[in-house]
Amino acid sequence: MNFYELSASQLHKMLTGKKCSAVEIAESVFGRIDAVEDRVGSYLCLTRDNALEAARKVDARIAAGEEIHPLAGIPVAIKDNICTKGVTTTCASRMLHNFVPPYNATVMDKLEAAGILMPGKLNMDEFAMGSSCETSYFHPTRNPHDLERVPGGSSGGSAACVAAGEAVLSLGSDTGGSIRQPSSLCGTIGLKPTYGSVSRYGLVAFASSLDQIGPIGRTVEDVATLYGTICGHDRMDATSARREYPNFAAELTGDVSGMRIGIPKEYYGEGVDGEVKEAIHAALKELEGRGAKLVEVSLPSTDYALSAYYIISSAEASSNLARFDGVKYGYRAENFEGLTDLYEKTRSEGFGDEVKRRIMLGTFVLSSGYYDAYYNKAKLFQKACAAEFARAFEVCDVLATPTSPTVAFKLGENFGDPLKMYAADICTIAVNIAGLPAISIPCGPTGSLPIGLQFIGPKFAEDRLFRASRALEEIRGNLCPVASL
Amino acid sequence: MKYETVIGLEVHAELNTKTKIYCGCKNSFGSEVNSNCCPICTGMPGTLPTLNEKVAEYAIRMGYALNCTINNVCKADRKNYFYPDLPKAYQISQFDVPLCEHGYVDAIVDEEGHTKRIGVTRIHIEEDAGKLIHADTFAGSLVDFNRCGVPLIEIVSEPDMRSSAEAKAYLDSIKSILQYLDISDCKMQEGSIRCDVNVSVRPEGQKEFGTRCEMKNVNSFSAVVRAIDYEARRQMEVLEAGGVVRQETRRWDDLEGESYVMRTKEDAQDYRYFPDPDLLTIVIPEEKLEELKASIPELPGAKLLRYMKDYGLPYFDANLLAESVEKAAFFEAAMAAGGCQPKNISNWLLGDVSRILNEKNLSLADTSLTPEKLCAMVTLIEKATISNTAGKTVLEEIIFSDKTADDVVREKGLAQISDASALEGIVAQVIEANPKVVADYKGGKTNALGFLVGQCMKLSKGQGNPAILRELLAKALG
Repeated sequence: MNFYELSASQLHKMLTGKKCSAVEIAESVFGRIDAVEDRVGSYLCLTRDNALEAARKVDARIAAGEEIHPLAGIPVAIKDNICTKGVTTTCASRMLHNFVPPYNATVMDKLEAAGILMPGKLNMDEFAMGSSCETSYFHPTRNPHDLERVPGGSSGGSAACVAAGEAVLSLGSDTGGSIRQPSSLCGTIGLKPTYGSVSRYGLVAFASSLDQIGPIGRTVEDVATLYGTICGHDRMDATSARREYPNFAAELTGDVSGMRIGIPKEYYGEGVDGEVKEAIHAALKELEGRGAKLVEVSLPSTDYALSAYYIISSAEASSNLARFDGVKYGYRAENFEGLTDLYEKTRSEGFGDEVKRRIMLGTFVLSSGYYDAYYNKAKLFQKACAAEFARAFEVCDVLATPTSPTVAFKLGENFGDPLKMYAADICTIAVNIAGLPAISIPCGPTGSLPIGLQFIGPKFAEDRLFRASRALEEIRGNLCPVASL
Repeated sequence: MKYETVIGLEVHAELNTKTKIYCGCKNSFGSEVNSNCCPICTGMPGTLPTLNEKVAEYAIRMGYALNCTINNVCKADRKNYFYPDLPKAYQISQFDVPLCEHGYVDAIVDEEGHTKRIGVTRIHIEEDAGKLIHADTFAGSLVDFNRCGVPLIEIVSEPDMRSSAEAKAYLDSIKSILQYLDISDCKMQEGSIRCDVNVSVRPEGQKEFGTRCEMKNVNSFSAVVRAIDYEARRQMEVLEAGGVVRQETRRWDDLEGESYVMRTKEDAQDYRYFPDPDLLTIVIPEEKLEELKASIPELPGAKLLRYMKDYGLPYFDANLLAESVEKAAFFEAAMAAGGCQPKNISNWLLGDVSRILNEKNLSLADTSLTPEKLCAMVTLIEKATISNTAGKTVLEEIIFSDKTADDVVREKGLAQISDASALEGIVAQVIEANPKVVADYKGGKTNALGFLVGQCMKLSKGQGNPAILRELLAKALG
């Protein structure tokens, strides 16, 4: 038995039962990293010394008889767009290749207080723009289940490291599917929380009105535990919701009898591969067997979500990324003459093609004369889309859809074809537009490449998502075995 | 041809809230470079703004003071542009829905107390930018971010002013209201009020406005006057020469007394305004609005006019009293205490009392002087119990002690002697001691009498009633 293969809840029991130490857990995970990282490439930087020091502190607290948090001593790796005090936070961009934040994201403060071990910072698509992890300035990440294939994106490193046993849990961020789609492709469980439930303070913004930080893990309970640790109101984030949250992990059950599972037909159209549809139908049948009711529903505006998403997210990104100008931190062009030249060269050299594409698109849709035709219309659509989901939730408790229309594609297969790449997110995007929570869990047959089933809930109904997911986990057993590499 | 000048002003005033608009940094001036800023006000990646609600409250109070409609549901918008002093590359401001709009101010335009109503288009809240530092001691430019996130209100007027004097009157009104509400320090030299000036000219009688030019960042009220006069003259000369005024933004150089083109309409910036997704809709509850509205005191303009009308004070006195919250309150309390001539109270308050305060750099609150004590003293003078000169001595004694004017008059024997028989001896002595002055007086130099009265006052240790002494002297000298 290897510690790195176990879940956080199993490791917590062993720690408190003095069956293992946090240092042993850290060493096991770093041993796994040493063995597979050169093939997978999940990480952008490793923080071995910090993690071992944190592990020793946890062991000292256990030795002193103190009670520890369920995540104390658990290796949780962090996507590189979440600010970590004293540790580079690059967003996988040349622009921030040397940026070391002097502050922690709120989620990092919470995790440090819980006593996690952070093995390192994770690879991603540059500034979270992409669906394959191929737009990273540094290196691509590979899918641990098939090294020829992409892990998905943008939180590709976050999903790959958990799938490969290079961390027990990780944090990603999700603007249009960036936690769920890589979870689907890597065979992990990934939660995109309700907008406003997890503080965005310290998350380098891509699209402020859509971004949410969320957990990725290998068991539903672990994901619920990590989510329960990072959610909550934060006065540093004006968009964070003022409300109390239940103890999701403690209240976790797999009882789905009477749960109404809505099946929106628009999510099972031509663009979705047959094997994906089959796997999902099979999983839903199993849940029906446990007493869930399957209800067909319709979300007709789904077709417009992708367009609205690229308008809103690019508009916000064009403004959010304007601060990277070579004046204050990060990359600065070496040779320039005057201010305009400094700006132009720094931004031309510091950003990759996909980021520049979105900045140009966003600048265009916000410009005078086009604002009403694009941005305003997209914001109106956002309201209509949220209302449509709300109507669907009058007749069902959760919605079930594919997470990704396909299994993991090959590296280079979609790269350079933005429209094809953008289509990877058609099933996940509307959730962000409407600010809803959604989870992706593996549902494919053993032996195939992972296939993700997405449950979508009403706002702040994460507990329902955990319940439906837990039911499948109870039926199938371990949904996320560590990839054999 | 005769031309009319049309002026609109945009005033940026820094608010004196304790902390900045979107972070917890102190809102203070003069800190060491880049010492009063944090990851939020310098827009570091991942940081988020949260609104300091006091800023909205201050702005709403200004809105009420300027008779505005308050949009108690409004939002913050991003104004996007690149400049090194703007660390996020956007300024959080307000675009289509300002916090306050459709107001006016009645500016007092002359010493007779005539007013002119000037429309206030809108007041919105926004954050200030940093400052670029250029010096000969280093190459390039450096940025000081201390000012980033200092709260500003921008007050935009209608194009209702027709002369630089009216513009000055408008600015004086705005400044005194800001001070009265205690929401801005109004220190021009520290840049806490800055002005953008829009000027156009049109032939007298023409209805349509001429093409306007905007002058950015004019940094004192007197510079505003000079900039307007210069720009109006420049535009008239262009028109007189058969030319066309081009819409442009100009930089006013106050040292040179000239303005220069910064940019023309063609290269006007597109700020790509959109609602800031990091901030919530601003919603001010009705009760809060009521509370803020009720907190607006009588404003200095109204006070000034009331002092002129109700107390018969000249403009000069009324203005000086009204523009100081403390002196106005003191004056009114003295009036309420009753019995004294308003002009006498005003004279003492603006004269000797202010002189003593200025010398010691104190405010009225630092002294023991109460409106009642001042009234009691002035009453003694008005009833001729003591002379004006003795009054000065009394004031010096009572202003920093618990003594009353009566105490001092008794202790120092300052009561005025109005009994002619008691003063005749003094008059005789003075006449005998000053034969030359007496001769001058008799020779026709009537003002020599004043000198003799002074000598009598001196001899009576200030206690002689000067009016009676004058009478006695005139009689004695025929």
